[in-house]
Amino acid sequence: MLVRLRHPNREIEVSGPISVIKLLNRLDLNRESVLLVRNGTLVPGDSMLDDDDVIEVRPVISGGYA
Amino acid sequence: MKCTVCREPAVIDMRRHNSNFCATHFTKFVRDQTVKAIDEFEMMTPGDKVLVAVSGGKDSLAVWDILLDLGYDASGLYIGLGIGDYSDNSKNYARDYANSRGVELIEIDIVEEYGYDIPDGSRAARRAPCSACGLSKRHLFDQAAIDGGFDVLVTGHNLDDEAAVLFGNVLHWQTEYLGRQHPVLPARQGFPRKVKPLVRLGEREMAAYCILSGIDYIVDECPMAVGNKHIGYKNALNEIEKNSPGAKADFYLGFLRKAAEKFTGESAEAREALGECSQCGAPSPSEVCAFCRLVEKATRQPVEISRKKVAP
Repeated sequence: MLVRLRHPNREIEVSGPISVIKLLNRLDLNRESVLLVRNGTLVPGDSMLDDDDVIEVRPVISGGYA
Repeated sequence: MKCTVCREPAVIDMRRHNSNFCATHFTKFVRDQTVKAIDEFEMMTPGDKVLVAVSGGKDSLAVWDILLDLGYDASGLYIGLGIGDYSDNSKNYARDYANSRGVELIEIDIVEEYGYDIPDGSRAARRAPCSACGLSKRHLFDQAAIDGGFDVLVTGHNLDDEAAVLFGNVLHWQTEYLGRQHPVLPARQGFPRKVKPLVRLGEREMAAYCILSGIDYIVDECPMAVGNKHIGYKNALNEIEKNSPGAKADFYLGFLRKAAEKFTGESAEAREALGECSQCGAPSPSEVCAFCRLVEKATRQPVEISRKKVAP
C-alpha cells in the first residue's frame, strides 16, 4: 500500500495486510499523535489495511499557543 | 470495531473514554463535550455576540463550526502574520470556511496595518518567533473584540494545548501563570471576556471532527513553530497518554478542580498593577505596552495608531 506521511511530506510503500496499530508501531508513531485516513474517512485502530489501499497518516499536533 | 452507542461500524476509537464511535455519534460526542464545557464554566449564553479567533487550523475552525451549529451569533477574526505561504494558505482556509457558512470573517493584516511580519519583526525585536506571534495575536484579539462590541472572545485551545501549558508552568513553577490558567477569563477594563470551549477535547478529536465534518483546514505546521517547547511538551504528554489513557485529562481537569484556585491570589495582585499604555491605551503594567514596544522595535518607528477601530 501507499502510505503518505507529513512533516516532512513523503510517500512510502508498505506491504499489507497489516493492522493500523502494527503500521503505526512499524513507523514508530504514537497513535495519540496521528489519525489514519483512507478514502477520505477515518480508520480505527483495529482495522486491517490492504495492499491496494492509499493511506494518509495525518499528524494532529499543532504548536501555536496565543 | 463497533460504535459503542449504535453498534454500527466505528470510525474512531477513544481509549480515554473506553469508547468507539461512528461518525454520527462522534460528532454528537464532540458537540456534547463542548456544551458541557460552556455550561460547566459558564462561558457564554446563546444571545451573546461572539468573536472566534480563527487561524485556518483544525481547532479554531472546529469551534467556530460547533458554535454556529449550536445557534451562536459567531463572527470570525483572522490575523495575517506575514509568515510567507503559510499565512497565505491559512487565510484561504479561513475565508473558504466563512464563505461556506455565509458568516462574517474580520481580517487584520499586521504587515499592512502595522508594518512588520513575524519572521523579521521577531528578529528585530530579539524575541522568539512564537513569543512575538503570541503577543501580537493576543493584543489584536483583545482590541478587535473590544472595538467590535463583542461579548466574548473564543479561542480554539483544546485539552492538549492546556495540558502542555500546564506542564510547562508546573515544570518551571510559574505560579502567576498557573493562577491565570482557566478556561474563562472574565472581562475587565480593556480586556474582553475570553473563553476556551474545547478544553474537554483533545486535538486528535478535533482533527477527527474536521475530517468527518468535511472541514478543510491547514494541516501543515507553522514553519516558525517547528521544534518549539510547546510541541515538545505535547509529545512528552502523549508518550504518557499512550500507556495511560486519560492521563492528560486527569492532569488538566484535575488541576482545575483541585489546585487552580490556590494560585489565583498571585495572579490577581499582578493584574491590579496594570495601568494604560501611553501609546495605544491598552492595559499595561508599564508606560508603553509590550505590543507597542514590539512594533517599535520591529519597524523602528513609534506606534501612531491608537486603539484602532475594526469594522465588524
